[in-house]
Amino acid sequence: MLSATILSSLVVIAVALVLLQKSTLILSTHSLSELLLSSSWHPWKNEFGYYAFIVGTLWVTGLAMAISTVPSLLMSIYLAEYAPSKLRGIIKPMVDLLAGIPSVIYGLWALLLIVPLIRDQVAALAGVTTTGYTVLAGGIVLAVMVTPITISVSEEVIRAVPRPVREASMALGATRWQTVKHAVMRAAFPGIAAAVILGFGRAFGETMAVLMVVGNVPKVPVSVFDPAYPIPALIANNYGEMMSIPSYDSALMLAALLLLLVVLLFSILAAALLVGIKRRYVVG
Amino acid sequence: MLIVLGSLVSVLVVVLFRGAPALSVSMLTQTSTGGYYLGKEGGILNAIVGSAYLVSGATAIAVTISLPTALYLNEYASRSKLAGFARQSLDVLWSVPSIIYGVFGFTIMVYLGIGASLLGGIMALALLELPIMIRAMDEVMRMIPLKLRESSYALGATKFETALNVTARQALPGITMGVLLAVGRAIGDAASILFTAGYTDSIPRSLFGPVASLPLAVFFQLGTPFPEVQQRAYASGFILLVIVLSLSIASRLLTRRATSYVIK
Repeated sequence: MLSATILSSLVVIAVALVLLQKSTLILSTHSLSELLLSSSWHPWKNEFGYYAFIVGTLWVTGLAMAISTVPSLLMSIYLAEYAPSKLRGIIKPMVDLLAGIPSVIYGLWALLLIVPLIRDQVAALAGVTTTGYTVLAGGIVLAVMVTPITISVSEEVIRAVPRPVREASMALGATRWQTVKHAVMRAAFPGIAAAVILGFGRAFGETMAVLMVVGNVPKVPVSVFDPAYPIPALIANNYGEMMSIPSYDSALMLAALLLLLVVLLFSILAAALLVGIKRRYVVG
Repeated sequence: MLIVLGSLVSVLVVVLFRGAPALSVSMLTQTSTGGYYLGKEGGILNAIVGSAYLVSGATAIAVTISLPTALYLNEYASRSKLAGFARQSLDVLWSVPSIIYGVFGFTIMVYLGIGASLLGGIMALALLELPIMIRAMDEVMRMIPLKLRESSYALGATKFETALNVTARQALPGITMGVLLAVGRAIGDAASILFTAGYTDSIPRSLFGPVASLPLAVFFQLGTPFPEVQQRAYASGFILLVIVLSLSIASRLLTRRATSYVIK
């Protein structure tokens, strides 16, 4: 039992070490600043600049968070504070169900609905022509994928705010919304931040759904109607075929390592926030 | 509120309604043949069976590792530093993107000299399932009242007997739920098996041969330029979605049922 425990808690470290070991080759021939800030990606000429991919990832993830955060917060407030328990009993399992749907299915949905919508309607409204395979499509599909996760976590955090906090505010004559806004939200804030960060981490590393709709053109996107090429898609499209060129292989490993480090950072941050909440409320 | 809910529901509706008409019996009972990706005869039996092999193998491995781990965390080391570290690192592992598992798995496989194979896919998926299972089991076992354990000790049971006969028994609904949750995640995950499991048109006969899977079937069929094949991708997506949804609903029902054996 002890060995199983040690084994499973070391997996994360093993993954990071293997990626690090494999990416030493590229790090020894290229400087880190060159890799991160150059946007020329020509593996055949031994030029590996991640800039376009990093910016692509940030665009898609940022857009997804911008779209999903406010609606999912409102939804979780409604579920936790206002919804009658019967309605909550229906919606909550449904949200959980949606959190478990495979990403390929979300990608399929976006291909059938979002890409044509952007190509035919949204682009015309904005006065541009596009194929529909854009940052916008990637952002929307990610937003929809992240929403159930954010709702689920933040709803639980809001419900965990102790009842006396609400009662004290009500007793001072605050309306329900004032109570939610000033008392409950303040108490739940770190937890909600953690929920958003967890969603961000999920969106950042999501591969298949984005890969299917985002266009995969290795250029720095300048508007939401441009195609982009996020890091996970880069790895998925090229890895495995490129084993013959050691530096290409190593460059993709470094990309994977970057992805892993960012996600680890965010998940540790979220965990720290949640631990802070527990200390404040569970003890008292 | 309605917009959020509407967009979420539209995912289900669009995939189910576009997929259902494209579904046919031959898709479920035949494997893909040479001309399949050009729009000719065939089905995706290879992918369905392949997914079943992959997920059952991965689940078997993951359960053998995670059950002892969860028991250990609760029975032997519940407040120790090791337990805190293990929980923290499993939470982090949970958030690791599945493409990373794929890359990691593939690197290890190259190291060991195996190509894309059923074995590789099983390994990658087992890694993916591990944190989900352990943390789900762990959470339930933590809820078990201390008194139950103490009564078991008072009757002269050893730690091991208590872990097996009291904790594991009492946590059974949670364990089932954790396993099914992990199975649901694993069956739909494409990124981790993209390199490790490969793809093939036949049903695998050995652990070292490549294997097809449902999520990749959806992905590859969508990638072809032929409308007939894309129709089949919708149908494959439909099958995958139905499997995932029924797993999720089954886990709810099973949990409710298993709860009746639990001492409150």
